[in-house]
Amino acid sequence: MVSAATPRTGRRAATRRPSGRPRSAIRRRDALVGYLFIAPQLLGAVALVIAPLIAVLYLSLHDWNPLASTFTFIGLDNYTKMFSDPSFLDSLEASGYFSLGLVVLNVTLALALAVLLNQKLPGTTAFRTFFFSPVVVSLVAWSIVWSFLLQYDGGINGFLSAIGVQGPNWLRSGPTAMASVIVVQVFKNVGLNMILFLAALQGVPMELREAARIDGAREWRVFRSVTLPMISPTVLLVSVITVIGSLEVFAQIAVLTGGGPGNSTTVLVYYLYQRAFKYHQFGFASAIGVVLFLIVLVLTLAQFQTRKRWVHDEV
Amino acid sequence: MKSETRRRPRAIWPKVVLYALMAVMSVPFVFPTLWMILSSFKPQSELFRKPPALWPERWTVQPYIDAVTTQPFLQQYWNSVYIATLVTLGTMLFASMAGYAFARIRFPGANAMFLVVLVGMMIPSEVTIVPLFRAANALGLLDTHVPLIVIPMLGAPSVLATFIMRQFFLGLPTELEEAGRLDGLGRAGIFTRIALPLAKPALSAVAIITFLKSWNLYLEPLVFISTKTKFTLPVGLTQYQDAYGELQWNTQLAGTTMTVIPVLLVFLFAQKQFVQGLAQTGLKG
Repeated sequence: MVSAATPRTGRRAATRRPSGRPRSAIRRRDALVGYLFIAPQLLGAVALVIAPLIAVLYLSLHDWNPLASTFTFIGLDNYTKMFSDPSFLDSLEASGYFSLGLVVLNVTLALALAVLLNQKLPGTTAFRTFFFSPVVVSLVAWSIVWSFLLQYDGGINGFLSAIGVQGPNWLRSGPTAMASVIVVQVFKNVGLNMILFLAALQGVPMELREAARIDGAREWRVFRSVTLPMISPTVLLVSVITVIGSLEVFAQIAVLTGGGPGNSTTVLVYYLYQRAFKYHQFGFASAIGVVLFLIVLVLTLAQFQTRKRWVHDEV
Repeated sequence: MKSETRRRPRAIWPKVVLYALMAVMSVPFVFPTLWMILSSFKPQSELFRKPPALWPERWTVQPYIDAVTTQPFLQQYWNSVYIATLVTLGTMLFASMAGYAFARIRFPGANAMFLVVLVGMMIPSEVTIVPLFRAANALGLLDTHVPLIVIPMLGAPSVLATFIMRQFFLGLPTELEEAGRLDGLGRAGIFTRIALPLAKPALSAVAIITFLKSWNLYLEPLVFISTKTKFTLPVGLTQYQDAYGELQWNTQLAGTTMTVIPVLLVFLFAQKQFVQGLAQTGLKG
C-alpha cells in the first residue's frame, strides 16, 4: 500500500541523484528480494502440494500395485468400482456419522463451557486451563489412555461396576464404538472452540444483555434472544471448520478401534490408509484421496461463502 | 465474592451451582491425564484391581525402566525432539520471509503466487500421501527422517504459518520500516533488524503450532518409517502393544507420561501464548 521506497523528508530527497534512478533501482532490488523471500515457500507449495495433487488425479486413473508391479491405465474404473464397493460406502457413512456427531457435540459443549467461563467468577482461569489442557496432550497419548479407560476391564467399567452397573465393551461393540471415538475426540479438542466462542461472547456488548434483563427477560431468554444471535456467525464458521477438521481423523481411529468392529469406524482416511499401505492398491487409494479432496473443497467453498455473508468483523 | 453476597444475598446459590458444574465438567478433561501419570507408577497387577483405585498402593518405577529398555524409546524421543525442532525453526524462518514478502513487498505476480501457496491450506495432507510416498520411494528417502522434516516445513502444514505471519505484518505500522529505509537499510536489513524483532507474538504462535503438529504427527511417520530406531514418539508409543502377547499397559503409560509431561509443563508456564496461538489454527482458512 504505502511505498516504503518513497523518501519522505525533502532534505534526504535532495541528497539523492535527481534522475529518479535510485527509486526504480530500489524497486527492482525490492522485487528481487520479494522473489527470494517467497521462493522456499512457493517451491514447497508447488512440489509438495500442487504436484502431488495433480499426481493423485493421474494415479486415480490407474491400476497400480507396486507388489505385483502393475501400472495400467484403467480410466474411471477405480471410481465405478469404488461406488459399487460396500466397504467404501461404509466408510462414507462412518465419516458422515463421525463428523456429524463430532460437530454437534463439540459445538454444543464448547458453547456451554464458554458461557460458564464467561460468568467471570473468581478462579475461572483455572477451569479454562483444565478444559484447554487436552489440546496440548499428544493425540496418540490421549487415545492410548482412553483406550485403556474404555476397554472391557478398564477404568470406566471398573468405576461403573463399583456402583453396580455392568458397562459394555465400549470400543469393541457396534453401537458404542463410534460414539466412544467421538466423545474421546470431543474432550481432546473442544477447548479450542471454547476459546473461540469465549472471544465471541466477550464481544457481545454488556448493554444489550442488561437492557434485555431490565425488560424482564430471564437468563436463558437473554442468552437465546440476544447473545446467541450475536455470536451465530462465529458458531456457523466454527461448525464448518470443525467438520473439515473432523474428516482428517486418523490416529484416534488407529489407536482406539483399528476401524472396527467390522468396519463401523473405518472413516475415509483410515480406509485410504488401509487400501494404500495394507493392500497396496495405490491407484484405488488415490481415487479415495480425490473423493476426500472434493468433499473438503466443497466444504471450504461453503466456509468462504459463510465468511463473506456472515462474518463482517474480521480484521 | 463477599461484597457480592452482601449486595445480593440470594445470588450465592447460582454461584455454587456454577462452580459445581465447572468442577464436574473438568473431570473428563483432567482425569485421563492424572490417571495416566499415577498409573504409570503402578505394577501391572494393580491396574486391573477391582474396585479401581486412582492412587498407587505400591509405587514403582519399573514401568519407566521397561519403557526405555524394551524398545529404543530414548532414541525415538530424540528423533521427535530434533525433528520437531528443525521443522519449527525452518517454518519460522521460511514462513516469516514469505509472510513478510506477501504483506510488504510489491512484485509482479505476487497475488497469483499467494493463491498458489494458499491452495495448500485447503488440501488435507492425507489426500497427497500416496504420491508423496511414491516420490520418497523414488528418491530413496523412505525410512529416513527427510520427509518428516521437509513436508511439514515447506508443504501444506506450513501454509498456515505463512498466513499468520502475513496477517501480522499487514497489521504492523510501516513508519518504523520507513525510518529504517531512510537510515540506509536495504529490504533484507529492514526485515531482519526491524520487522522480525517486532513479530515476536506471531512467531511464538507459529512456533507453538508447528512444534505441536510435528510432535503429534502420526500418519506420516507410520507410512514413511519402518525401522524401530527411526520411529518418532507417536508411532513408538503404540509399539508397546505389539511387543508382547500381553499388553504392558503400565509400560506404555510410562512412555506416554514422558511424552506428555514436558509439553504440558511448558503449556502451564506459557498458557497465554499457547491459547492465543492455537486459537489461530481454529480460525484458519
